[in-house]
Amino acid sequence: MQQIIDMIQTYSLLRMLIAFLCLLAIVFLNAVVMGYLERKIAARIQRRWGPMEVGVQGWLQMILDGVKMLAKQLIVPKDADRFLFRLAPLLCFTPVVMIFAALPFSSALYGINLHIGLIYIIAMASINVFAILIAGWSSNNKYSMFGAMRSVAQNIAYEIPILLSLLSVVLTTATFDLQKIVEAQSGILWFAMYPNLFVAFVIYLIAGCAETNRAPFDLPEAESELTAGFHTEYSGFGFGLFAVAEYGNLFIMASIATIMFLGGWNGPFGLGSGPILGAFWFMLKVFVLMLVMMWVRWTYPRVRFDQLMNLAWKYLIPFSLVNLLITAFLVKMI
Amino acid sequence: MATTTKFQTSDKHRFLLNMGPQHPATHGVLRVILEMDGEYAMGIDPVLGYGHRMQEKMAESRAWPGFYPNTGRMDYVGAMPFNHGYVALIERMAGIEVPERAEYIRVITSELNRISSHLLGIGAYVLDLGAFTPILYAFDDRETILDTLEDITGSRLTYCYFRAGGVLKDIDDTFIQRTRAFIDHFRKRLPMYNDLVTENVIFINRTKDIGIITADMARRYGVTGPTLRGSGIAYDIRKSEPYSVYSHFEFDIPTGTNGDSLDRYMVRIREMEQSLRIIEQALDKLPEGPVMAKPKKVKLQEGDCSFSVETARGVLTYYLVGDGSEVPYKLKIRVPSYSNLSLLEEMCTGMLIADLVSAMGSLDLVIPEIDR
Repeated sequence: MQQIIDMIQTYSLLRMLIAFLCLLAIVFLNAVVMGYLERKIAARIQRRWGPMEVGVQGWLQMILDGVKMLAKQLIVPKDADRFLFRLAPLLCFTPVVMIFAALPFSSALYGINLHIGLIYIIAMASINVFAILIAGWSSNNKYSMFGAMRSVAQNIAYEIPILLSLLSVVLTTATFDLQKIVEAQSGILWFAMYPNLFVAFVIYLIAGCAETNRAPFDLPEAESELTAGFHTEYSGFGFGLFAVAEYGNLFIMASIATIMFLGGWNGPFGLGSGPILGAFWFMLKVFVLMLVMMWVRWTYPRVRFDQLMNLAWKYLIPFSLVNLLITAFLVKMI
Repeated sequence: MATTTKFQTSDKHRFLLNMGPQHPATHGVLRVILEMDGEYAMGIDPVLGYGHRMQEKMAESRAWPGFYPNTGRMDYVGAMPFNHGYVALIERMAGIEVPERAEYIRVITSELNRISSHLLGIGAYVLDLGAFTPILYAFDDRETILDTLEDITGSRLTYCYFRAGGVLKDIDDTFIQRTRAFIDHFRKRLPMYNDLVTENVIFINRTKDIGIITADMARRYGVTGPTLRGSGIAYDIRKSEPYSVYSHFEFDIPTGTNGDSLDRYMVRIREMEQSLRIIEQALDKLPEGPVMAKPKKVKLQEGDCSFSVETARGVLTYYLVGDGSEVPYKLKIRVPSYSNLSLLEEMCTGMLIADLVSAMGSLDLVIPEIDR
């Protein structure tokens, strides 16, 4: 046993391979668990039961749905660009797995530790926009095109407040290394408990909702206006990959919030954070954040597009800029 | 697809967007052809006829009682007033005296139906704006009404309960108890709708000053119902020319001020309160007696006759021409949603597509009523 662990730690390629397989499993399991939770919680909020038929409390429902999607035909519309149409779901899905590799689930559980981890994650997350644009464009459907155009404008606008709010943490810790950022919060205080960084945290959460296309900012797939937005024409596992990637992105959004602001794998009040216990704390925080986002989604109406843009350019970006300046000033003073 | 449309644009930036007949926002088989400039709808052309069933022609081809079931199948959301208009027309034509108890029962059931229709209307409207939850709360309350009505009418949506001369079946104590319980329950629920939806800042931003219908514009198009009252005109057939026993009850006509989507939504919310008041008074005053006039064979006399009622969506008028036989020579049905839809073009030209959905939803259209 010890030999195996030694071997894994010596050969980083082997480590990467194992991590990759585990991460694929995590990404799909995450989609299954989140999909089930989302349906159950939405049902609770709406005073209904949700899935009940397959398994106890319907817990097998999402697995069955996955099998159903695998068995279905991926219909390519007649005038669609066949190559790009098939490429888009993959392009949407691949970066999710690549980002998962760089997430520190605990002090020992991670695929790869990069000293520019944060930059890597943000760069990979931006590829999502290309995927949506390609999906919308290649579908040759006006509604898909609308969804794609909205998505691009929205993602570009909301990446700025996300970066600015994350930068204030980077200024405080002077590193892009996610492990070091988490270690810097190993005391009693997490970063979200400093006033200036708390503002950054709130801005990050709002912008993160928009970045992952979640309600009330789910304009790219606004179903009452655009039927299903950019994935209108996708069936079978083309749609399945988009759904898996959406939940993956949600997980990434919540885990970055956890790492940067909520102490990552540190327990509350400086409590223990071993390799396994740390992973537990990490997952707990991530899931609490995701549940809050679900709660918001099933409560609020959708905003209009110009209102969404106003929110980003007129409020979030100026606020986060000022906040960044204040943080820089504080860092210099202390 | 061959698209016949009035748009003959040469502007290369504009394109046609086919919204419907299968689209989540059109609530049925309405097709709207939009000429888009980016996300702005610069031209709007509603196309009807996908659900046409020739109801008027059917009326001309059978004896008048054979048309009862059809009346419940035009506006399937608020069918009771459609029943009411037809039987009242026959009663007026044949000079049938209706027992007072029957008239009271007609008012109670019609108003319950109005509440259920408004609940569906506002629920679906908020769903159009992207909030998934309120419609299920509305359905929860609506379900209580449908169950109550099902007990005495035998159907849940497409009622055929009123007959010329009265109603099919007398109401019983269970019905009265359930209705009273519903009134108490619903009075408590209304503030919850306001908390959840009406005071939400996103909702207000999406509806305030969107789709403004001025009083003048409403008059020009013959708009009626909550859509008209949202523009500030307190016109309601139940008050202005009271039919049945509506003159026996005290109730207000809620009106808006701006004529925007928010006003129309608020008028519906407040009309539900007024309907509760009417039902309460009717239950208190409910007289004893028969619910059906003495049966007699009715031949439609020569000449014409019309009758208007206030449905959940506006003024419904039946106009009948008789030729002395049992079969109507001609039956013309004037439905409210048709006029309400006709102003869509003037109201929405130049709007964002998201606002178009918001404005169209606030008209609370039921397409099978237009395509009858």
